[in-house]
Amino acid sequence: MQIYLESLTMSLKQYQEVIINPLIKENPITLQILGICSALAVTNNLSVTLVMCVAVTSVVSFSNLFISLIRNYIPSSIRIIVQMTIIASLVIVVDELLKAYDYETSKKLSVFVGLIITNCIVMGRAEAFAMKQKPLVSFFDGLGNGIGYSIILIGVAFIRELFGAGTLFGYEILPLVSNGGWYMGNNLLLLPPSSFIIIGLFIWLIRSLQKDQIEEDDFEVSKHSTMPDLSKRELNV
Amino acid sequence: MNDSIIKTIAVAFSVCLVCSLVVSSSAVSLRDLQKENKLNDRRLKVLQVANIYDPSISISEQFSQLESKYIDFESGRIFNEYQNFNIEEYDQIVATKDPNLSTSVPASEDIAIIKNRENVGKIYILRDDINKIEKLILPIRGYGLWGTLYGYIAVENDFNTVSGIEFYEHKETPGLGAEVDNPKWKSSWKGKKIYNNNEVALEVIKGKVESSDTNGIYKIDGLSGATLTSRGVTNMVAYWFSDSGYANLFRELDYES
Repeated sequence: MQIYLESLTMSLKQYQEVIINPLIKENPITLQILGICSALAVTNNLSVTLVMCVAVTSVVSFSNLFISLIRNYIPSSIRIIVQMTIIASLVIVVDELLKAYDYETSKKLSVFVGLIITNCIVMGRAEAFAMKQKPLVSFFDGLGNGIGYSIILIGVAFIRELFGAGTLFGYEILPLVSNGGWYMGNNLLLLPPSSFIIIGLFIWLIRSLQKDQIEEDDFEVSKHSTMPDLSKRELNV
Repeated sequence: MNDSIIKTIAVAFSVCLVCSLVVSSSAVSLRDLQKENKLNDRRLKVLQVANIYDPSISISEQFSQLESKYIDFESGRIFNEYQNFNIEEYDQIVATKDPNLSTSVPASEDIAIIKNRENVGKIYILRDDINKIEKLILPIRGYGLWGTLYGYIAVENDFNTVSGIEFYEHKETPGLGAEVDNPKWKSSWKGKKIYNNNEVALEVIKGKVESSDTNGIYKIDGLSGATLTSRGVTNMVAYWFSDSGYANLFRELDYES
């Protein structure tokens, strides 16, 4: 009984860890710098972003679950392609579902749903976690990472839509000059590169709060010597 | 032993089999719903551009008020039977990919960059209570900045006044070129005139139309930050209302009435 309880609390702790850690501490976007491409492309409108987040979260959770289920049978020589096949199938199913039940959003997301296949988070979690861990905990790891991804995307989309287009979820918050209001929309925020800047600011913010995320420099810049080296004077023409 | 050749092939085969079953069954089971969505989306735009959309009534019911007709671009005639196509299902965009059903537009005339124009188009007619034409809903398309914009333009029965414009598919930048979907901008088209002395004069200008401008009736405010999209829309209008587009149809209908 004692042992059973101990293992239960242990596993509960593990579940908690795999869900909570990717939110900020090991966030896939800001720490692992994965899945940046879609963070640039689909964040100019909150409702579209939200659908994308749900799509990515479900794909990463279920791909982790299925890959973990068959992890002991996957030959290591073809493991990547097996993972890709499972991920791609899930993405196609998600895309089909979107086209059937949320046609408007799927039209706006266009190719970016299909591109979830190449989202590094999905593949990264499959290879790094699901291949080694049990199915249920892998599922929750996928869920945690999906939510971590979603937090950043929603943050970026919030800033971009509010200050770029003056709306949130399509509802007018800051009336634009072009619609007869007073707010001059920031057009830069409507273009994909602005996400780079916003994600950069997020990384800065998170790293100033969580100092352990700051990486060590790969090399040190040496100081200039102020004393001229007289022995090499003939070279300083 | 996971790495033996037999096992590798067996795993690869069974993974592929299961995945293909999942993918194909989802595709097949959702196909009807998707087709309906796509059709309804187009029909919704047609109803919106005709300004008769009522959200409380089903789209297909409202759509039945409209008359679908084929139009021959060469002669401008409208007709009901075309080869063995069903008018509900005839898709002129698909027809542009068939050399028997389309003509390639010479580069010098191809201002809207559509490459191929279908020989026979499909238009919608809205008639009033006494069966007189009230509005024509005409499909238009042309190249913007990132890709082709597809839409509809509605014309009043003088065949010179715009009643509305809608795009159902485009790839323009959200917030800039994609402002072609902005309701305020779209409503600025209403009442604008197309032809001035039999030349297409309607255009999207750069900047705002001055209220003192005597030719303001032919001008639409530009989309700020989207010069190329605005130019694309101007070219599209110029092409589709020229003799290669619907000008012959207007002449034919004028003659009839």
